[in-house]
Amino acid sequence: MSLDFEKEIADIEKRISELSELKKNKNPKQKNELKNLKSKAKKLTKKVYSNLSPWDTVQIARHIDRPLLRDFISGMCSEFLELHGDRHEGDDKAMIGGFATIDSQRCMLIGMVKGHSIEEKVESNFGMPNPEGYRKALRLMKLAEKYDLPIVCIIDTPAAYPGKEAEERGQAEAIARNLTEMATLEVPIVVVITGEGGSGGALGIAVGDVVMMLRYAVYSVIPPEGCAAILWRDANKAPEAADALKITSDSLLEMGIIDEIIDEPVGGAHRDPEATIASTQEAIVRHIKRLKRGKTKRMLDRRYDKFANFGRFKHARS
Amino acid sequence: MGWFTRSSKNKDNDSSQDLFVVCKSCKAHIFKEEINNNLKVCPKCNHHERLTYKERLDLIVDPDSFREFNQHISTTDPLNFVDSRGSYADKAKAAKAKTGMNEAIVTGSGNINGVRVVLGIMDFRFLGGSLASGTGEKILLAAEHALRMKRPLILFSASGGARMHEGIVSLMQMAKTCAGIARLNKAKIPYISVMTDPTFGGVSASYATVGDINIAEPGAMIGFAGRRVIEQTIKQKLPADFQTSEYLLEHGFLDAIVDRKDMKEYLHNVLLYCSRKKA
Repeated sequence: MSLDFEKEIADIEKRISELSELKKNKNPKQKNELKNLKSKAKKLTKKVYSNLSPWDTVQIARHIDRPLLRDFISGMCSEFLELHGDRHEGDDKAMIGGFATIDSQRCMLIGMVKGHSIEEKVESNFGMPNPEGYRKALRLMKLAEKYDLPIVCIIDTPAAYPGKEAEERGQAEAIARNLTEMATLEVPIVVVITGEGGSGGALGIAVGDVVMMLRYAVYSVIPPEGCAAILWRDANKAPEAADALKITSDSLLEMGIIDEIIDEPVGGAHRDPEATIASTQEAIVRHIKRLKRGKTKRMLDRRYDKFANFGRFKHARS
Repeated sequence: MGWFTRSSKNKDNDSSQDLFVVCKSCKAHIFKEEINNNLKVCPKCNHHERLTYKERLDLIVDPDSFREFNQHISTTDPLNFVDSRGSYADKAKAAKAKTGMNEAIVTGSGNINGVRVVLGIMDFRFLGGSLASGTGEKILLAAEHALRMKRPLILFSASGGARMHEGIVSLMQMAKTCAGIARLNKAKIPYISVMTDPTFGGVSASYATVGDINIAEPGAMIGFAGRRVIEQTIKQKLPADFQTSEYLLEHGFLDAIVDRKDMKEYLHNVLLYCSRKKA
């Protein structure tokens, strides 16, 4: 799949793969063309990706070939023991978690599942957790606290599921409970937003000591389409809303909402998932080690201050 | 202006409305005086109209006991947000002019039948009671005050959710306010949440639903996602009483539904159980 703004790149890449197929011919002319095309594609990709609009970034964050939680798990973890169920209602397929070992660091890994194929997408409810997903996440986080294991949250969700049963089972309360409990959990919490950071659905497992984003991930209070529908009264104005909402990693780093950007290869994570997963692993392990060295009380005070300091207001004494 | 136009205008705006109001729920015509004397509750169907923060305050706290704090905290425009209908800065200015408030919540200390508590009362008239930087800061400061003074915290919610115009900064207020509540929990300081019409989105998904005691007014609309969004997602019509406080009580998310006229007494009763003696 190619995105609108990278159609030109995709055309060249297609020609490259055609020529590579013919390579057996060893035709020197074609060999030369291949070389030229590769350098052209590289230059063009660099140019296009250094000039992305926030709406382009939304498309990349949602790209079907972007590495997803299962890819990160198989790429980063030497072991993953999935732990199922919230002990009340069921086992949410959109939110999973379990014991994980990342570069010899034992931790509790939790995240949203999206799926590449349509079957996977349907099974995981397109990455939209129900209340039992948030409650399973909290159960596992409490378990991590009991066993003194750091928590790693990998976030990629369009939203918490807006469904009838989700409301009846307390979607709002499930998220609110996590926000409250995560504020005082006595183990390090490392958060990475890898794709879509969809509002309260994302925040429900994103109260961390460190919050990072992949370069082309987005994090927003409302999806641009939803914001456009309400404030512009036209969902087609999503590109304008994406611009206004400041949802890209560089905007959020500048505003101090996130602590670090994990770089992606030129042309986005979907062009080189392995490299993206490797940089993500490096960042996670570095922060786990750092946080484990510190004192718990100090870590909790810093976590509180970090979130307490969010906000820009003024004192209107007049 | 012609005589006739003027008279028809009067008919719409003044004369009829001065005397009567139409209940939003049962559509009955009620004398305005009657509904006002009844705490803005419809005497026919018990529909609870929305209250301003001042009206709510007068119903809940003992006369002359309320001391407001942080009233100067006001909005800024962190994203320089402009949509098709104008700038956030202008909308905030209009909301301030309309309500006389600087933010969508008023916080302070007051007595409920002599029991000193820390209070926050949201007002839906101020940008839909939306949660943003100033709102979040005032709630956190109220929680910190309650913690310091070892006094119960009571928050009255009335909100459409997080304020989009402050983008991610608004989203962060959910985590910020809950961090304040978390510290109260650790210190065993009581926190009572009162949900009034409406309580949605970023407010229901943060401090409003994690009270030690969660109560609501009758018929208040409370939920995470809006009705229309859910219907569009599941392609079904929802039951008529969906997301009402009665529906939430049925599903286990409220301790009680309390009529407006009984609210103060109810809160006082609960406070007698949960106000631990100072150490």
